Amino acid sequence: MGETFLEWAVFWTLAAGAVASALMVVAGRSPVTCALSLACSMIFGAGLMVQMRAYFIAAIQVLVYAGAVIVLFLFIVMLMDLKAEAMRRRGGVALLAGLAVCGPLALAGWRAMAPLSGGGGPPPAPPDEVQHIGRLLFTDYVLPLEITGVLLLVAMVGAVLLCRPGGAGDQEGRP
Amino acid sequence: MSFLEIEPFRIALYVVGALAFVGANAAYLVWVERKAAGRFQRRAGPTEVGPAGLLQPVADAIKLMSKQIIVPPGSDALLFRIAPVMVMAPALMCFATIPFSDSIVARNIDVGLLMIFAFGSINVMAVMLGGWASRNKYAIISAARVVSQNVAYEIPMLLTVITMLMVAGTLNLHEIVKQQEAGFWAWNIFRLGTNPLMPVTFVIFFTCMLAETNRAPFDMAEAESELVAGAYTEYSGMGFGVFFMGEYANIVIGCAVATVLFLGGWGSPVGFLPGVWWFLAKMYFLIFTVIWIRWTFPRTQFYGLLNLSWKILIPFSLATLVLTSIVMKIPRMF
Repeated sequence: MGETFLEWAVFWTLAAGAVASALMVVAGRSPVTCALSLACSMIFGAGLMVQMRAYFIAAIQVLVYAGAVIVLFLFIVMLMDLKAEAMRRRGGVALLAGLAVCGPLALAGWRAMAPLSGGGGPPPAPPDEVQHIGRLLFTDYVLPLEITGVLLLVAMVGAVLLCRPGGAGDQEGRP
Repeated sequence: MSFLEIEPFRIALYVVGALAFVGANAAYLVWVERKAAGRFQRRAGPTEVGPAGLLQPVADAIKLMSKQIIVPPGSDALLFRIAPVMVMAPALMCFATIPFSDSIVARNIDVGLLMIFAFGSINVMAVMLGGWASRNKYAIISAARVVSQNVAYEIPMLLTVITMLMVAGTLNLHEIVKQQEAGFWAWNIFRLGTNPLMPVTFVIFFTCMLAETNRAPFDMAEAESELVAGAYTEYSGMGFGVFFMGEYANIVIGCAVATVLFLGGWGSPVGFLPGVWWFLAKMYFLIFTVIWIRWTFPRTQFYGLLNLSWKILIPFSLATLVLTSIVMKIPRMF
């Protein structure tokens, strides 16, 4: 009873936290609060992965998303005109559109997950989890990995091209 | 089943222990810092409260705790209050995986090293949010600086960590120390056979650690002479106190990781005394070096700081990474 109850309590705390902070991402007023909620949601998700004993994925999620991606999000958000953003009202149409998109997605997710439930959780990660993932990334998944790398490189080159003086995104230097 | 094996009890014990360790370190490292600064500048440092000023941290703590925490009007009150917590909480998580000796470790998990860097990276977000939520121009300049500085120094730091990972072949801090147990010639910093640039790797790691913890000469986020107190300008009482504790906690963690990765953790160079004392001795020596550097070098310029990372540290850490992989691969080719 003791161990299972603890697991159960931790799971529901983390799951509720993840859902609540994910809702805050779309419902929050200030964009900074939204971005912070996204980070919280990531950290709760990492907690869920720890419960599945996937420690490597959990640590990477916190390191990459909460520690790097969201920090850059916040950095960009800080440079925006927050007053205008916070004043903008979201009407019933936006709510309906959101529900129209999320409803089928949630249904599809539930249908996909339903056969998996009741199986007593996922299989435990192998003891040499990190080596395992590394080997897979450089053998079976080497092409997707390289494609992702090239995509990021293209995005970076594009950003540099847009932002350099006289580039397409430079309002002052435009003739 | 002894009561030490009950999980919630262990967690409570860990949290209390980690908080006490962080609190005591923060309080007395401030004292050491003030004393050392005094010596470096040919004055006495704190002398009035207690013998040799030893009770000064206690007096300071009581003063900070009794002060009112003022949330400035116009600030983002929620974020302003959350930010100090976000500095402190990840720091406590990091202590869980640090092996102080063969048997003293809270959680010996396989991805310990990664976990320390994961939670260490949240620190940036906290300082940035604190600065932004203050609605103070100095604090916002500081927030912008802290992000660009940490992004710049995270890269060479993780590159040196990858180099060390290739040498060690594991992310488990306990295992990494075990590999260096043979004697001081087996410490990673002296293992020139695996990588002739090992001491350089250590220097790069240490420099990045100074920048990541916002210590002088890289304390651009606080820079008293330019930015009042940077991101902490609007914080009073314990709001500031917690930020300060978090900063010292991060220094302790950084030095502990350097000890584990490069200086053989609890391994003793001569053989006497239990390992934990050697670990603490190495760690506090590194912490003293951090203080020493702060009172020796003047603050760098912000552009100098970024140039150092992008133009010197990143190419050098990439070079050590490539060199290590070549040195490790050559014997396997024959």
